[in-house]
Amino acid sequence: MGDTMFGDLTAVRDGLKDVDYLADDGIASVVFLAEKLGKPVLIEGPAGTGKTELAKSVAAMSKARLIRLQCYEGLDEAKALYEWNYKKQLLRIQADRGSETSSEDWTELQDDIFNDEFLLTRPLLEAISAEEKIVLLIDEVDRVEVETEALLLEILSDYQVSIPELGTIEANQIPLVFLTSNNTRELSEALKRRCLFLHIDYPQLEREKEIVLTKVEGISDNLAEQVARIVRSIRQIELKKSPSVSETLDWARTLVLLGVQSIDVEQAKESLHILLKYQSDIEKTAKELTVEG
Amino acid sequence: MLDLMSGFVVELRNAGLPVSLTENLDAMEAVKHIPIEDRAAFKYALAATLVKNEQHWKAFETVFEVYFSLRGPEYNVLDEDGEIDEDSLEEWMSQQMRGMGGQGSAEDMSPEEIAEMLFRALMNADEAMMAAMARAAVTQFAGMEPGRPVGGTYYLYRTLRNLDLDGMMDRLMEEAQQRSDGDMTPLQERLEREEFENRIEDLKREIEAEIRRRLVADRGAEAMAKTLRKPLPEDVDFMHASREEMANIRKAIQPLTRKLAARLARKRKHKRKGPLDFRATVRQSLSYGGVPAEPRFRNPRPNKPELVVVADISGSVAAFARFTLHLVYALQNQFSKVRSFVFIDGLDEVTHMFQDEEDITNAVHRVNTEADVVWVDGHSDYGHAFGVFWENFGSEINSKSTVMFLGDARNNYHATNAWVVKETAKKARSVFWLNPEPKSYWDTGDSVITEYATHTDGVFECRNLRQLEGFVDNLA
Repeated sequence: MGDTMFGDLTAVRDGLKDVDYLADDGIASVVFLAEKLGKPVLIEGPAGTGKTELAKSVAAMSKARLIRLQCYEGLDEAKALYEWNYKKQLLRIQADRGSETSSEDWTELQDDIFNDEFLLTRPLLEAISAEEKIVLLIDEVDRVEVETEALLLEILSDYQVSIPELGTIEANQIPLVFLTSNNTRELSEALKRRCLFLHIDYPQLEREKEIVLTKVEGISDNLAEQVARIVRSIRQIELKKSPSVSETLDWARTLVLLGVQSIDVEQAKESLHILLKYQSDIEKTAKELTVEG
Repeated sequence: MLDLMSGFVVELRNAGLPVSLTENLDAMEAVKHIPIEDRAAFKYALAATLVKNEQHWKAFETVFEVYFSLRGPEYNVLDEDGEIDEDSLEEWMSQQMRGMGGQGSAEDMSPEEIAEMLFRALMNADEAMMAAMARAAVTQFAGMEPGRPVGGTYYLYRTLRNLDLDGMMDRLMEEAQQRSDGDMTPLQERLEREEFENRIEDLKREIEAEIRRRLVADRGAEAMAKTLRKPLPEDVDFMHASREEMANIRKAIQPLTRKLAARLARKRKHKRKGPLDFRATVRQSLSYGGVPAEPRFRNPRPNKPELVVVADISGSVAAFARFTLHLVYALQNQFSKVRSFVFIDGLDEVTHMFQDEEDITNAVHRVNTEADVVWVDGHSDYGHAFGVFWENFGSEINSKSTVMFLGDARNNYHATNAWVVKETAKKARSVFWLNPEPKSYWDTGDSVITEYATHTDGVFECRNLRQLEGFVDNLA
């Protein structure tokens, strides 16, 4: 295994910072371990906290190619692993029939149509058969049915894919695998057991401020601090959907565009619709911010 | 180190976390790559390999604190091999217990000095100072007695009482007011207050950790871990859940209802394929030179599942009812058609209350105040409530409806009217009953659960999240 990829913990953290991803202790440790142990990482947490972003950033940091498999209900083998190119196979058979008397043995033909040439690779197979370094992102794995999850198990634990007609294809390199989940359902034990587990929650005040400072151009330290504080305050209110980090960033960008130097209640209320997506949440928050203060 | 790790894992299992053998091995492998001095990284390495559910994080943290808190470099109790050095541990302990032994100035201060230092530390968010003050405060105020088999709650209470953190809060706010020349906007004031609240929370946690460290030093990790063991969130009994636990349960319900909706929906989706779609089949066949190699089928028309929830909200299940209402509310967001009814001895429909109110607290409040559920005396009367249900709404139950009854079936010896459940079961697709009582109590006293149970598709004990989840899983 390439133990030269990341030197140590601080290297991981600095590397991520270089690609504008601010990792906390937990994130850095898990990414570091994932590479050291060659294990996939299962990332859970509320929407918009940078789960997918982490995988992209790790790819950018290690200069690896990112292969992404977006999961959805109804995803199957043919779309995730590999598929035989039926049309091409049919053409091949027909072409054969068209030519001379079909003297060729059926088995020979069979060997012919079930080989690499007729195989369409899908993300998972592509990830392990690639020669270069790969970061494989399996996004929103909680969306597939429990039965489909089993598809992933072989590749996650042994980094190989078994194709009945061809045999087992083993990985040329161990890809770094990230699975993200919004926790809409409990994932199976078998899957969890094979992964390192990382829960990414809303960031602490300081980290959120840092994120705002790195990601939003031209924002003053003072404004970033205020933004982070107000967002934390809003997250404490019981809402249908708390503002996520990406929404915080959108909000901060808007404020910068509007030329706001320091936020007062009115401005906050007027731009709340960027942070919150439900009318009832907006109303409730607006009320809270004015009354209690 | 190996002993320590296996002890740690055993304790995690005792606390209810499912740690498999492979995970254990992974953890062993993981810590090899982590420098032991880096406590945070060490902790996250263990967590990543051993804890696969965010709900278990708290339990993990407690056990981790107990097992590894003494093993930091700041306590100098580790020798080179990472083993505990008994002598230095003892020395450190006696120092802590006496509280006066050469620990430097922070340890022998008067209460006023501590308060003042703490105030400044909080004001300036000086973490090192806060930790030092937490240590000093515990020494001064907790009055810890070696050898007592306690979990530390009392010590924590004593320390906090002496620190008067509410007073501290007021002082902090005053100081902040002065610093900004008294012209803080309400928003700023709110933000400042939250910042200080946050720091004080940190301080409390630090104090708690400090007490725990000393208790571990005194009593040993195993005994301490045992005292601190608490049920995992999914094992917390709805009937005896504390406020904080209830909040956790509420959060966990949301995904469960989504799962329930998915289960009911999936059943109908996978049951059969629709009839042959002739046009699509012909179109598809063109790519195979006119051979209909891949027949196409129409998707079956999805019939939306309808849910009817009938919930007991009487006093005997008051705590469960709180949970029930949250469950109903969450369900309402998942299913296209939910009708909800609540009853004590009368019965009322509350569907509209949940629909009108975007906010769950308001909705629950409205149900509790507005719903007309008392008929005679406000003691449970399932018989009468069911009678009303059948009379007014029975005709609306059809072959698409799934009916869920929630209640303990404690009927105060009234007539049961079990025929209502029987008739409902005849018309509805399925009927389930969730009972918040332990199974051993069923049919004791005035409980008549079996009379109803015979007509349902199943009665399930439902006292904690694990059981609720089991119920949802079994549906498929």
